[in-house]
Amino acid sequence: MTFVERTIRSLSEGMNFAALADDSARSNGMLQRVDPRIKVVGMLAMIVSVAVTHSLLTIASVFLIALSLAAASRISPLDLARWVWFPVLLFTGCIALPAIFITHGEPVHAGWPVTTQGVRTASFLLLRAETAVSLSTLLVLTTRWAHILKALRVLRLPIVFVVILGMTYRYLFLILETALDMFESRESRTVGVLDGPDRRRLAAATVGVLLSKSYHLSADVHLAMQSRGFRGEVYMLDDFAIRHIDWCWLFLFISVAATVIWVGR
Amino acid sequence: MFRVENVTFRYGSVVALENVSLVIEEGKRVALLGANGSGKSTLLRMLDGLCFPESGTISFRGENIDPLSLEDDTFALAFRRRVGLVFQNPDVQLFNPTVFDEVAFGPLQMRWSKDEIRQRVEGTLDTMEIRHLKDRPPHRLSGGEKKRVAIASVLVLDPEVLLLDEPTGALDPRSQSQIIDLLIGWGDGKKTVITATHDLGLVEDIADDCFLLQSGKVVAHGAPAGILNDEALLRGSNLIHEHRHAHPALGIHTHPHTHRT
Repeated sequence: MTFVERTIRSLSEGMNFAALADDSARSNGMLQRVDPRIKVVGMLAMIVSVAVTHSLLTIASVFLIALSLAAASRISPLDLARWVWFPVLLFTGCIALPAIFITHGEPVHAGWPVTTQGVRTASFLLLRAETAVSLSTLLVLTTRWAHILKALRVLRLPIVFVVILGMTYRYLFLILETALDMFESRESRTVGVLDGPDRRRLAAATVGVLLSKSYHLSADVHLAMQSRGFRGEVYMLDDFAIRHIDWCWLFLFISVAATVIWVGR
Repeated sequence: MFRVENVTFRYGSVVALENVSLVIEEGKRVALLGANGSGKSTLLRMLDGLCFPESGTISFRGENIDPLSLEDDTFALAFRRRVGLVFQNPDVQLFNPTVFDEVAFGPLQMRWSKDEIRQRVEGTLDTMEIRHLKDRPPHRLSGGEKKRVAIASVLVLDPEVLLLDEPTGALDPRSQSQIIDLLIGWGDGKKTVITATHDLGLVEDIADDCFLLQSGKVVAHGAPAGILNDEALLRGSNLIHEHRHAHPALGIHTHPHTHRT
C-alpha cells in the first residue's frame, strides 16, 4: 500500500469520527444544550487561559473541568482517550521528550541526564496540549458542524470564509469516497503484488484522475449555485437564539478562564 | 415560453448540439429523449442560462438568454426565480452543511426576508416529506433522499419552469416512483416541466410532448405514444436494443429492450 493510499484510508477513517461526532452532538447532554456561539467563545477563552497560565495546577484543574463537562455531556472518557489523549500524547510526547534531557537545570537524581526544569517544561507542554485539544474536541463533540460554522461568525470571520470552509468539509467526504472507490476498483483487478515503482505510478495516476474529477465537480457546483441565483455574494441564515441560561454559561466560562489566568500569572 | 432557434454548441471539437430548433409552450410537460451523449443535458443547461450557444438563439418569454442579459442583476434574479434546474448528480447541488441550509440557499440569494425564507423552507420540507432530514448533512443522506432534497432546493423558489436532468437515474424503484408522483402532482400539473431522460418507462407518466435527440440533433417531435411506438426510430437513437436472454417458459430468445435506469 502506497503512502497516498494509506493517507486516504486514514482520512476515510476520520469520516467515521465525523459521523460519531455528529451523533454525539445530537444527544441530549449538558453542553449540547448550550448556544453554539457561547460555546465557541467560552472554549476559546478557556484555551487561551490554559496557554497563558504559568501554573501546572491550574492547567490540571481546567483539564478536570473538561473531564467533568465531557461526563455531563455523555461523552465517554474512553472515547476521549482514544480520539484525543493518546494521539496528542504521541505527537506532543515526541516534541516534549528531548526537553527532559536538553533543558539546563538540576538533575532529578544525581547522575541522571533528566533535569527537574526539563520535566517541568515537558509537563507544561503535554498538559497544555492535552487540555486545549480536549476542550476543542468537547466543542466538536457537542455541537453540530453546521452550527460551529455559523457560530464562527461571532468571531468576525468573513462569511465567505465560513461558506468555503463548509463546502470544503462537505466535498472532502465525496472526494474521499471517490478515491477509496478508485483504489478498491484497482485492487479488485490486480493480481499478485505490485513492485514499488508500479505502485507509485498507479497512485500518481489516481491522484491525477482525482484532481481532474475534483475540477469538473467544482465547475458543476458553481453552475448549480448560479442556477439558484448565486451572483457572487454569500448570504447565511442565522437561526440561533440566546437564552438566559446561555448567558450564565458564558459568565461561567469567562470566570473560569479569568481565574485560571489570575491564579497562574 | 422557450424558443430555441438554430442552436449549435461544441465542447472543444465535439459537437454537442447542431442546429437545434424547438419551441416549448407554457404549461407543457416536455421530455427530451436521447441516449447518453445525445446533447439533452447540454440543452437543459442552455435553457437554464448556464451555458450559451456558439450560434443561434434561446429566448424565454420573448427575452434572449445570453451572457449579456444575465449580467443584469434584476433580470438574472427574476430568471433564476422562474426557471429551476435539478442536476443529474445531486451531490453537485448539495453544497451546504445541512438540508435546511440547502433548501434556504435559493431564497437567500433572492434576498427575501428571513421570516419568509423560514416559512417557505419549512413548507417545502413538508411538501417533499423531508422535514425529518432538515438538520442532516448531505453526506449522511441516501441516494433517494439526496434527490428529494435537490428537488426541494429548486421547488422552494416556486419556479414557473422546472428542468430535470435524469430525475430517476440510479434510484431504487420505490424512490423512483416517489419522485414521479411528486412531479406529476407539482403545481397541480399546470406548470412547465422539461425532463431530460433516456428512461422510456418514465415518459408517458411525465410528458405530453417529446423531442427525440440523436447526436446533437432533434430527430423527432411528437406525443409520447407516437414516439414510443416507433421501434425503428428508437432503435436508431440507441434507446432500445435487442439482446438474447432466457425466460423460464420460452427458453433463450431475442426481443427489443428499452434502456431503464
